[in-house]
Amino acid sequence: MSAHPLPVANAVTLEERPDFNVIGEIIQPRSRVLDLGCGEGELLAWLVENKNVMARGVEISAAQVRKAIGRGVSAYQGDIDEGLADYPSKAFDYVILSQTLQETHAPLQVLKEMLRVGRRAIISFPNFGHWTMRRAMLFTGQAPKTKLFPYDWYNSPNIHFLSINDFEDLCRDNGFPIEKRYFLSGATRVTILPNLLAQTAVFLLG
Amino acid sequence: MVVETQCARFESIALDSGATLSPVEVAYETYGRLNATRTNAILITHAFTGDAHAAGISHENGKPGWWENMIGAGKAFDTDRYFVICSNVLGGCQGTTGPGTINPATGKPYALTFPVITIRDMVRLQRMLIEHLGIPKLLAVAGGSMGGMQALEWAVSYPEMVCSTIPIATTWRHSAQQIAFNEVGRQAIMADPDWAEGDYYETKPPARGLSIARMVGHITYMSDESMREKFGRRLREKEKFGFDFGVDFEVESYLRYRGNQFVSRFDANSYLYITKAEDYFDLTNGTGKLAEAFTTVDTRFLVISFTSDWLYPSYQSQEIVRVLRRVNGDVAYCDLQSNYGHDAFLVDVAEQSEIVRGFLTSTERMAKAA
Repeated sequence: MSAHPLPVANAVTLEERPDFNVIGEIIQPRSRVLDLGCGEGELLAWLVENKNVMARGVEISAAQVRKAIGRGVSAYQGDIDEGLADYPSKAFDYVILSQTLQETHAPLQVLKEMLRVGRRAIISFPNFGHWTMRRAMLFTGQAPKTKLFPYDWYNSPNIHFLSINDFEDLCRDNGFPIEKRYFLSGATRVTILPNLLAQTAVFLLG
Repeated sequence: MVVETQCARFESIALDSGATLSPVEVAYETYGRLNATRTNAILITHAFTGDAHAAGISHENGKPGWWENMIGAGKAFDTDRYFVICSNVLGGCQGTTGPGTINPATGKPYALTFPVITIRDMVRLQRMLIEHLGIPKLLAVAGGSMGGMQALEWAVSYPEMVCSTIPIATTWRHSAQQIAFNEVGRQAIMADPDWAEGDYYETKPPARGLSIARMVGHITYMSDESMREKFGRRLREKEKFGFDFGVDFEVESYLRYRGNQFVSRFDANSYLYITKAEDYFDLTNGTGKLAEAFTTVDTRFLVISFTSDWLYPSYQSQEIVRVLRRVNGDVAYCDLQSNYGHDAFLVDVAEQSEIVRGFLTSTERMAKAA
């Protein structure tokens, strides 16, 4: 899975990915972390540097894995769905899926596997319920193309479109315990009407 | 950087076959400086027909090392930072004891009285050398092809002596196809009357058999695409077919040239012994349970394969990676895009350098923290 649903250039900084800040806040020092769709390993390298974690990453793109290993991250080239199956249960303290859930073929299966392999799971995703999406859809009557979802429908890596409320429903229906929720608009925390106002959601499950 | 091959001599070595070889010598070269804490040593393990001369310019013949593009100041194995060691394998013919060495008991070359050796035996001798050099723990063991097998064997046999392992374009056990190609090479040598049951040191070597073996080898090291690019159907110094069995095509000329050249630097009996060691190689000793072999291993791994390598295909590296994941090992893996086939680890090194450099830097950091 490509780790770049956002229209950002190759080298992503933590400032450009506010969800990384939240994830950095959640993760306890010296914990064991697996990042699914780790891209060039920016988040993991930051966590190693600042939280002294034991970091592992999975990424399907050879070019990105190369960059990740080049920056010292133990990343391996592979598919998320295939990669998770090999790990023993509770091998990690945290399994991260940042901005990638909407690109996976079987999101429910991935979430279940994340909770098997990790004590906790951290999932961040762009909120399809954001007002800009609703407005675009209402006025154009076409597949929305906004700052948050910048792709044409035919070349988008996003194959599932979910809102914050959709994710809450999924967790409830499957008994995934939600420990914490974080809602962001840019780098700003959203406290009211998240499904309308938040661009990005970060959930801590487990 | 002009370098000289050195030699260490040991009283004896006990082998997997039960035999003992006595005495035993190992040829090696070193590049860079060992630091005061003896923590910056990297062992490079060579492929089938390689030798101790991995880098620098040979004092003897002025030739560059076989991994000159990977080892040196500012290169992936940076000799400004690391102390790099490479030794000729046991059973070889470039300075280390092998079938062409004089047996002190008889005053004649061992030839076929040389004991059959294994990859583990090669690694055992390397360990003796590393201890002789006063190095308690290697920062890394790295090698491609048969060098990768040795690197894996190091991690399994002496995990306490290795911080990290870099197996490249290799396998955890030789496959039927790999054994098959080796057998063709051996048969070519043994079918040559000059081979004389291995007893040719006082007459003439089985040059035709050995060169045919090498021709087959070279085909397996390239890819369909790299051969098409390099030779295509181009004719050799002619515009029309010769309508005979002389050289018509460039590719024929190239293979003949490489075959003949090989005869001058390699011993046919070493070819037999070393290919046998490769074929016997199985990290699990026949159980097939790789996870068990890795259970006591806590070294880091950087596994590298190449997309066009059909001799050691990527799936073999991926098997290693999957099992390491299953035992929760620390493994980085990349299937590098290349058209050069198995040779890629020797010739297509830009991307390989990038990841080796990053991996070594982080290994150093972790080793310091530990």
